Amino acid sequence: MPTFVRTDKCDGCKGQDKTACMYICPHDLMKLDKDGSETGHAMRAFNQEPEQCWECYSCVKICPQQAIEARHYADIVPLGGSVQPLRGSDSIMWTIKFRNGTMKRFKFPIRTTPEGSIDPYAGKPAADMAKIEDIGFFNQENGFRAGDRSELIKL
Amino acid sequence: MAGEFGNPEVVEEEVDILLIGGGMACCGAGFEIMRWAEGTDLKIKLVDKAAMDRSGAVAQGLSAINTYIGTEQDPADYARMVSNDLMGITRDDLAYDLGRHVDESVHLFEEWGLPIWKTDENGERHDGSKGMTPLKDGGKPVRSGKWQIMINGESYKWIVAEAAKKALGVDNIQERIFIVKLVNDKNDKNRIAGAVGFSTRDHKVFVYKFKACLLAAGGCVNLFRPRSVGEGQGRAWYPVWNAGSTYAMAAQAGAELTMMENRFVPTRFKDGYGPVGAWFLLFKSKATNAFGEVYMDRNKDMLDDYPPYGKAAVPASCLRNHLMLKEMKEGRGPIYMDTVTALANLRETLSPREVKHLEAEAWEDFLDMCVGQCGIWVGENIEPEKKNSELMPTEPYLLGSHSGCCGIWVSGPTDVGAPTDEEFGDIPEHLPKGWNWGYRSMTTVKGLFTAGDGVGASGHKFSSGSHAEGRMAAKAMVKYCLDNKDLKPELDTSVEELVADIYQPVKTYLEHKDYTTAIDINPHYITPKMLQFRLQKIMDEYVAGVATYYSTNAKMLEVAEEKLTMLKEDAAKMRAKDLHELLRAWENYHRILTAEAHMKHIQFREESRYPGFYYRMDKNFVDEENWKCFVNSVYDKDSQSWTCFKRKHVDLVDKSKLFK
Ligand SMILES: Cc1cc2nc3c(=O)[nH]c(=O)nc-3n(C[C@H](O)[C@H](O)[C@H](O)COP(=O)(O)OP(=O)(O)OC[C@H]3O[C@@H](n4cnc5c(N)ncnc54)[C@H](O)[C@@H]3O)c2cc1C
Ligand code: SF4
Ligand code: SF4
Repeated sequence: MPTFVRTDKCDGCKGQDKTACMYICPHDLMKLDKDGSETGHAMRAFNQEPEQCWECYSCVKICPQQAIEARHYADIVPLGGSVQPLRGSDSIMWTIKFRNGTMKRFKFPIRTTPEGSIDPYAGKPAADMAKIEDIGFFNQENGFRAGDRSELIKL
Repeated sequence: MAGEFGNPEVVEEEVDILLIGGGMACCGAGFEIMRWAEGTDLKIKLVDKAAMDRSGAVAQGLSAINTYIGTEQDPADYARMVSNDLMGITRDDLAYDLGRHVDESVHLFEEWGLPIWKTDENGERHDGSKGMTPLKDGGKPVRSGKWQIMINGESYKWIVAEAAKKALGVDNIQERIFIVKLVNDKNDKNRIAGAVGFSTRDHKVFVYKFKACLLAAGGCVNLFRPRSVGEGQGRAWYPVWNAGSTYAMAAQAGAELTMMENRFVPTRFKDGYGPVGAWFLLFKSKATNAFGEVYMDRNKDMLDDYPPYGKAAVPASCLRNHLMLKEMKEGRGPIYMDTVTALANLRETLSPREVKHLEAEAWEDFLDMCVGQCGIWVGENIEPEKKNSELMPTEPYLLGSHSGCCGIWVSGPTDVGAPTDEEFGDIPEHLPKGWNWGYRSMTTVKGLFTAGDGVGASGHKFSSGSHAEGRMAAKAMVKYCLDNKDLKPELDTSVEELVADIYQPVKTYLEHKDYTTAIDINPHYITPKMLQFRLQKIMDEYVAGVATYYSTNAKMLEVAEEKLTMLKEDAAKMRAKDLHELLRAWENYHRILTAEAHMKHIQFREESRYPGFYYRMDKNFVDEENWKCFVNSVYDKDSQSWTCFKRKHVDLVDKSKLFK
């Protein structure tokens, strides 16, 4: 199900040197056609290798213009359905349309803290260099399972 | 002028530790390492071929954390499960160590904002938005199996990457750098000294020098011909961007690989490869043949052929495939996931509120980690409560952190009774004896560490375990660097040679492109895409791909060997018409070496250890007496040849408990 970019919505991320879709695609598929020489649509992005698309939706979710959608693989899937997300700061909404017209909507939480708010070492101890060769991490989050040593048959 | 296509700018940089990859393992490493490095003056850097927010196998999100031990189970139980699922040949020291550390990472994920489902006092389940008691304070997760817990994981990677990025600092992170090769030390060929890669955005080649590095660039996909061959080719189960870089680069640097014969052939929803775990474990669904017969019951006698691995409460994954393949081969397909009955049954036992969430849960399972499967459901008008879906085993993948155990041989913990000597005599002299040689997670090459999909002979670490394993490696790398303060890494190859090598596909293109009128058809070069097709055809047809129902034999492997040798020669003639194609060229080179290792190991292991994943039809049995051992190998980059050998397998926890 390769992604496609709608000419009526994409604004090339307003000519910034890094478009959101190019930034995010894990497989380097999204490309900005600056002068229109590749697609006939200047300052629009396109999927340069649709048959390599994992349909991970990373680009769909990040596009500020909601210009990216997916058309499910033509070699496998009957036409007419669509699965489209709208990702907010704490939840994601999915609009799902079946080939036969049935619609479904779902909303799921995506995180419980504000984006960008993680302070990785807040309230955590410094590493104790004397313990660098011991078992365990620099911090304890009450998740270390010491285990029943009698289970180890070679000790 | 440097910095143009065909004439890249060369940037040389020296750090103490380089993290290669930005997936779960390197994110874990990034978080752990900066604390240990505080107050030392170690310089640390992370490079990723993509953007950490959405790179690696967790790009899309996940709907479960598959490894969470909890308070009710012991790390030894976990090590036993890992061992049985992988047909008895895993390193208990590695699995046990992971088992005792992994929950620490899960508790961090929850603190950082990952929504984790909870069960309340009345046994009702709630999604992760509710702010119920955190796991670390005794909150009860929703178990979808003995080891798995359910999450709302659309932003899983985003969250974990945010923590890692904050810890490392943006100045110490470089994205869109594809690492092509590791470089050994001039004064000690068994030590690592650097790595080279290129930017997929600018015309720049990067040459890094360092004391230590964590190579955690995921597993390998698309070395076999995928079932989809048209527009849907990108829809493999495994993410198409992990191209075996971990295994290929480690092998080239001389690191000992282990269990490269192992592969993973997941049975998934057909064509979209949506996850089945929640369907089997949470929704209690059954898989049937075309006639509604449950093949795990119908064919259960077949499990007796593989004692003891078929005898556990949950038989090894490959054996479950084995029982299903019988139905397919004998013409009783298609295979179905009976979602209709499962959902109807659940309606009878759950509260009305839970029933309301039931349908949403079924969809969320896909939407959080495999949207493509929803694409198939909507296109084919499938509503799971009304219509069953087909299942299909995929093409083979190589990985070490999911239900697979190929990878690199690493040094394990010293306190769990692991062997310190070797009983078999045919191990190359320069390699360490026993299962620990100083630094946790170090490979047999000094200074080269790995984690996640990189660590072989373990498996079932999943997202949480890969993160934890990255952290273990991070700590050991700091120690290694502090112990080797005076070490001055020196590259064994000149920078000019390295750069010329990386940009060769571009040079080839520029030199020959005007010879013909068709840009892709030219006797002087091969496009990375065609090279990949050739590799996939060879692997599919001769090395037990889907074309032969995962079957091969010694003769077929011999043919594969010959064809792969020529393919490897032709790889030197790959062309790259732009940076994107240069990326594809080197990905495919990594795939070829990974494929070659896979083929060599299958050839060496004269049995069929993983029925259902592959069959050597000329040795179609499990031979406990001669082959319950590790098959390891080393690659010699000068002669371009492999040496395979056995290492003895030892149990550190009692496996008979699985069968009581
Ligand atoms: C389809 C699928 C479903 C899964 N489902 C679950 C689940 O439900 N629950 C669960 O807990 N686990 C699940 N897992 C397992 C989990 O995703 C992995 O165990 C984990 O991501 C492995 O971590 P890693 O760091 O080794 O690799 P990855 O996370 O894949 O990271 C690899 C990194 O290396 C980078 N890279 C690759 N090559 C290069 C190169 N040459 N140069 C520079 N960078 C490079 C990539 O961009 C990426 O950042 C699933 C895995 C898959 C594939
Ligand atoms: S992110 Fe959206 S708006 Fe920006 S270039 Fe891509 S498709 Fe266009
Ligand atoms: S869906 Fe994923 S793989 Fe496809 S173009 Fe978008 S980001 Fe890339």
